[in-house]
Amino acid sequence: MSTQNIAAPRSPHLSHRKRRFNIEKWGWIYMRASGVLLVVLVFGHLFYNLIFPGKVSILDWAFVAGKLADPIWIVWDLLLLWLALIHGSNGMRTLINDYAHGRFRTLLLWALGATTVVLLVLGTLVLTTFDPCIGGTDNAEFAAICAAAQ
Amino acid sequence: MTSQAAPPESPAASVPLPKKRKLPAGTLYRGREGMWSWVLHRITGTAIFFFLLVHILDTSLIRISPEAYDAVIGTYKTPIMGLGETALVAAIGLHAFNGLRIIFIDLFSWGPRAQKAMFWVVIGLWIVLLIGFVPRHLMVVFGGE
Repeated sequence: MSTQNIAAPRSPHLSHRKRRFNIEKWGWIYMRASGVLLVVLVFGHLFYNLIFPGKVSILDWAFVAGKLADPIWIVWDLLLLWLALIHGSNGMRTLINDYAHGRFRTLLLWALGATTVVLLVLGTLVLTTFDPCIGGTDNAEFAAICAAAQ
Repeated sequence: MTSQAAPPESPAASVPLPKKRKLPAGTLYRGREGMWSWVLHRITGTAIFFFLLVHILDTSLIRISPEAYDAVIGTYKTPIMGLGETALVAAIGLHAFNGLRIIFIDLFSWGPRAQKAMFWVVIGLWIVLLIGFVPRHLMVVFGGE
């Protein structure tokens, strides 16, 4: 009940505060660093999938499998998955902290965290264990790659 | 008792009333470029986030079978989903360009002073992006192959 433990106004910061890992600071840095990378990764992704093929209907399993036969696209998609999902989750965390309160806020934060972890694991497993030769294809170039791999 | 005090002079007669403003007082933030870029960033970010959740799930179907993936992607090849893709690209473009604007505001000494101008640059770049993407995409969506 005494005031003796309260620091006087304008006291220097306590030393342990300086050394502590500040998650909000690193979140702030992450949003900007990942944002710059995502501009390149997302527009590259959109251009290759929507513009480059010349028609939307090219988007089917064989197209995706053909892409993922190239390790560069696996790395590209893994980067997209991790950077975009964590960027999005951190943004949604900001909105939840702004607009939700009490137990509802806690619930939403846990749901968000669980969703993020599950989708990161799922997406990573799909990208790293995908076998582009499991399905038949009428893409000759692609069929040759699979025939060579066997 | 009967003496009557002189009626007090009305203060309004001597003190001039403040001039009535024609417009509400201007604000630096509310209702201006800064507020709307913030609102749009939140709305587009939320929309993109929920798209991303669905997009990871549907793409994961490639691991199950070609038939499962093609069946789900096939349901996307409708005019309504084509319009949805247009809205998605519009949202991503706005979020991306405005995100770069936020980075410039934070990193450079001239950033905060130029934030309004940069908002209109964002809108300009966004319109250029949409002019490049939308007509071609809608021709693909509504024109068949």
